[in-house]
Amino acid sequence: MLDIRHIVKQYSNHRALDDVSIYVPKGSIFGLLGPNGAGKTSLIRIINQITAPDSGQIYFDGELLQPKHIERIGYLPEERGLYKKMKIGEQMLYLAQLKGLGKQDAIHRIRYWFEKLHMEDWFEKKVEDLSKGMQQKVQFVATVVHEPDLIILDEPFSGFDPVNAQTIQEEILELNKKGATIIYSTHRMESVEELCDNIALINKSRKILDGAVKEIKRSYQNQTYVIEFKKKADTAYALLDTALFELISETDHAEESEIKIRIDATKSLNEILLYLIPQIDIHQIREIIPSMHDIFIDQVRKSSAPLATNHE
Amino acid sequence: MNKIILIIKREYLSRVKKKSFLLTTFLVPLFFIGMYVGIFYLTKKSFEDSHAIVHIVDQEGTIAPKLKSNKNITYNTSDIGLQEQIELLKADNDNTNVLIIPADFYSSQSIELLSSGKPNMTTQGEVKSQLRDIIRNEHYIKMGLNVDSIRNINDNIYISAKEVTETGDAKESHTEVAMGIGMALSILIYLSLFLYGAQVMRGIIEEKTSRIVEVVISSVKPFQLMMGKIIGIGLVGITQFALWILLSVALASVASTLLFNEKDLTNQMATQSMQENQMVMASQGFNIMGALASINFGELIVCFFIFFLGGYFLYSALFAAVGSAVDSETEATQFTMPITMPLLLTYILSFGVLVNDPHGPIATWLSFIPFTSPIAMLVRVPFGVPIWQIALSSALLIGGFVLTTWFAGRIYRVGILMYGKKASIKELIKWFKYKS
Repeated sequence: MLDIRHIVKQYSNHRALDDVSIYVPKGSIFGLLGPNGAGKTSLIRIINQITAPDSGQIYFDGELLQPKHIERIGYLPEERGLYKKMKIGEQMLYLAQLKGLGKQDAIHRIRYWFEKLHMEDWFEKKVEDLSKGMQQKVQFVATVVHEPDLIILDEPFSGFDPVNAQTIQEEILELNKKGATIIYSTHRMESVEELCDNIALINKSRKILDGAVKEIKRSYQNQTYVIEFKKKADTAYALLDTALFELISETDHAEESEIKIRIDATKSLNEILLYLIPQIDIHQIREIIPSMHDIFIDQVRKSSAPLATNHE
Repeated sequence: MNKIILIIKREYLSRVKKKSFLLTTFLVPLFFIGMYVGIFYLTKKSFEDSHAIVHIVDQEGTIAPKLKSNKNITYNTSDIGLQEQIELLKADNDNTNVLIIPADFYSSQSIELLSSGKPNMTTQGEVKSQLRDIIRNEHYIKMGLNVDSIRNINDNIYISAKEVTETGDAKESHTEVAMGIGMALSILIYLSLFLYGAQVMRGIIEEKTSRIVEVVISSVKPFQLMMGKIIGIGLVGITQFALWILLSVALASVASTLLFNEKDLTNQMATQSMQENQMVMASQGFNIMGALASINFGELIVCFFIFFLGGYFLYSALFAAVGSAVDSETEATQFTMPITMPLLLTYILSFGVLVNDPHGPIATWLSFIPFTSPIAMLVRVPFGVPIWQIALSSALLIGGFVLTTWFAGRIYRVGILMYGKKASIKELIKWFKYKS
C-alpha cells in the first residue's frame, strides 16, 4: 500500500528522518513505533503531504505519492482539535467535503457513523459542550468518514475510557477487515501485539527494526526456557554442570525448583529433554518469548547508547 | 480550487451568521443616524428654548421704546427699581434677564445684562445687534444720511472657488469639506484594516491552539487555508461596508424626509440668522450642501473598496504570518507592533500634513508606497487625484500584497505546525528559508 524509500528530512539544526525506508503491506495493520521525538510525526506528516521530504520517494498503491491521494488517506493526529464554536454536524460536513466528498454523500455517511457510534443527537451540539472522550469520537469519525484506503492513527486511544477504547478498537479492526490499511503510531506496546501484523521501529531519526510482528518475535526467541521440576535435595544440581546448555538462573520453592536455561543454537529442546528426563521430575516447560515491549526497550537502548556517547 | 471555496464559505458564513455581526451591521448606522437626528433636535430645541424675557431698566431714557420684541425676545419696560428687579431674577428660573442701559450709553456703548441663569448666547447676540442698529442709526441721522437707503445696500461677497482640472474643466473646490472627508476615510480605513487583520490573526491562532489545523492541512495546502481565511474575512468586511452604505443611505433618506417636512423651521433659522448679521454661518451652511454635492461619491466609494481590499490583503497576510508564529494573542503583540507601524504613522500624518498639503511630496510618496497608500491615497482622493496616480498606486498595492502574501505563506506553512516554540525574528527567517 505504501512504499517509503530512503526518506530524508532535514531541519536546520537536526535531521528528523535519516534514510528511512518502510514498506506497509496492503490490508495490514502496521505499527509505527518509536520513542517521543524519534521522527514518527515527521514521517506521518510527509505521508500526509503536509511537509515534503528533502529526498526520497513514497509510492502510494504503486503510484508516486501525489496530491490526489490525499482523499484516500484518513489522518487522526496525536494533537486533536476541532473548531470549538462550530456545530458538530456542520464541522463534520466541512471536514468531509475538504476530503473531497460531495455534500449529499457526506451527510449520508456522517449519519451512518453517528448512528453506529450512538452519537445521533450530537449534530446540533458545539464542540465546547462535549466531553473530551466525546470529542475524540467525533474526531475519529472525521478521520474515517470518507472511507479512506489508508488510515493513519497517531495514538488513537489516548483520552478514551476503556469502554470507548474498546469500541474504537473494534471499529478499527472492522475497517481493516473491509480492506483499509492502517498505520498505527504509538508507544503502547500491549496494543501493538494485539493489533499489528507488521511494525517499524524508529529511533533517533533512523529505522532500527521492521518486519512482521511474528517474525520479529521469533528472531528474538533465543532458545530460553524455564523448567520447573520436583525439588530433589540430594542431587544438588549435579545436572547443571553439563555443556548442553547455559544456566541463567535457579530458584528454589517449597516443593519445586525452577531453572532458566539457554540452549545452544546447535542443540534442540528434545536433546536437552532426553538428558533431563532420567534425572528430574519435570512439571512444566515454558519458552521465554520476549514481549514487544522488551524488544522495543532493548532496541531503543542499543541504538541510543553509542550515539549518546558520541555526542559527548 | 473547490476546496478553497469551501474554506472561504466556512470562514464567511461562520462570521456573518454570528449575532455580533448582525448587531454591528445594523446598530452602527442606526447609531450615526441617531446622532444626526439627536443633534438636529437638540439644535432645534435650544432654538425654541432661547426665548427670553428682558426687563429693561433704561437710565438713558430714549432706548427702551426702540427695542423691539420678536420671536426670541420679549422686552418688558417696567418702572420698578433695579433692586426689586434683581430680587425677581433670583426667584425666577426661566430665561429672564435685566438689561441695564446706563445714562451715558451713546458715548460708553456699554450695557449690563443680568440673567436668572447662565447668560444665553442667542439672547446676548439679539440684544447686541439691536443696540448696534440703534447706535448706527443715531450716527447716520447725525450725519444726515438716509437710514433706509443705507439699509438696502447689500455688501455681501460670495466666493466661488474653482479648481481647474486636467481636462480643463473648472470644478467647485471645497477644501474644508475635502479635509473632513479625507480624515473620516483615514479613521475608517485605519480601524477596519486593524479590525479585519486582527480577525485573520485570531482565526489562525484559534486553529493553531485548537490543533484543528493539522487535520485541515492534511486535506488542503496550508496556503489554500491561509488564503481561504483571508478572502473569507475580506468578504465579511465588504459585506459589512456594503450593508452600512445601503442602510445609511436608506435611513438618511427616511430621516431627512421626516426632518425636512418642517421646512418652515429651517427657513426661519436661515432667514433669522441672516438678519442677525450671521452671514458667515449661513453661507458656510450653504457651502457644505454645495460641497457635498460636488464630491464624487461614486469615485470615493470605488476607491475606498479598492484601497480597503488592497490594504486588507497586504496587512492581513502579515497578520496571518504573525498568527501562525505565536501560540497566543498576548504573544502576538510584539510582532503586530512593528508591522503596523507604517499604518499608524500614516494615520497620524493624515490629520496634519496629508490634508494640509494633499498634493505635496510627502502625501504623494506615501500614497504610492503599498504599506501606506491605503490611508494616504484615500485621504487625497476627496481633493481630486489624477486617475493615473490612482491606477499606479493600486497597481503597486496589488504588487505589494502579492509579495507579502508570498512571504506570509512561507512563514505560515511552518509556523502553524510549531507548537510551544518561542518564535523570534531569527527563527522566522529560518522558517522562511525552509524548502516547501
